[in-house]
Amino acid sequence: MDPAAAKYIGAGLATLGMIGAGVGVGTIFSGFLQGATRNPSAAGGQFTNLILGAALTEALGILAFVLGLLILFS
Amino acid sequence: MADPMHQFEIHKIVDLPDITLPVVGTIDMAFTNSTLAMTLAAGLIVAFMTAVTANPQVVPGRLQVIGEGIFNYIDNLAAGIIGHEGRKFFPFVFTIFLFVLVMNFLGLFLVFTATSQLAVTATLAVLTMGLVLAVGFARNGLGFFKLFVPSGVPWYMLILVTPIEVISFLLRPVTLALRLFGNMLGGHVAMKVFAGFVVSLGALAAGGGLGLLGIPGAMLSLGGVVALTALEFLVAFLQAFVFAVLACVYLNDVVNLGHHH
Repeated sequence: MDPAAAKYIGAGLATLGMIGAGVGVGTIFSGFLQGATRNPSAAGGQFTNLILGAALTEALGILAFVLGLLILFS
Repeated sequence: MADPMHQFEIHKIVDLPDITLPVVGTIDMAFTNSTLAMTLAAGLIVAFMTAVTANPQVVPGRLQVIGEGIFNYIDNLAAGIIGHEGRKFFPFVFTIFLFVLVMNFLGLFLVFTATSQLAVTATLAVLTMGLVLAVGFARNGLGFFKLFVPSGVPWYMLILVTPIEVISFLLRPVTLALRLFGNMLGGHVAMKVFAGFVVSLGALAAGGGLGLLGIPGAMLSLGGVVALTALEFLVAFLQAFVFAVLACVYLNDVVNLGHHH
């Protein structure tokens, strides 16, 4: 296979790691919304934890994105 | 189509002579557009805070409410996560938050985003983790290593848990830097790619004939750019907030080591 083509395919495949991050962030927000609709008075106090969980999960998706960039530009 | 990565290039504005340090090696001291963006951000923060506190009133005016609001928000955040000792670390968290926030917002108004440079975000992350290490060793001494040995875990599980804790601690500065960098880079590339669609589809339509079909596509892309810009404003705030929250969480780990408040 042409090395340049393989590079682009590899970069594309590397971004598939974002699927996991997408599922994870979706799970976090769905869990938050379920809890928040059941007990709205407790929802405000959990905002920081919500953002924290989303950020920590999202970092793994960002790692996949950076890996894709590394394959593409190195 | 224009290269979407072009916006991240560093240009020298004023070329200053190189400095050679004994251990580090030669350092290019040139004043670049990245330096300019950061200087502008720092200057804006100082100017804003000076304007806010210049004429304090018991009943605050509009400007003072904004300043006090931001101050109070981060103060509550630090106190909420670190506890009553959060006040000591509030200046650091507040500075990091404002600096990242203003750099993110300047990137949306000007052509260059300082936080889309890995060197900038890595410096901020190393600064944060350096403070965590310094505070951890200063307060707990060698007890700092209890961070890697969670209490209440049976010894045979520690064989598994301790390496994981060590690896996760070592990955903290990496993810801290990459999260901000990746979000800013990804968002701005997506915006420029959609903006490039508008131009190239418009050029196709200017050719006439079947190319006129490009007009709806160009309009759709323009709407996409507007929507992405709005999303980027949210991301710009959220990433600064996340950076501040994580700095607080990491500081809390070493400040309240071994006892949860």
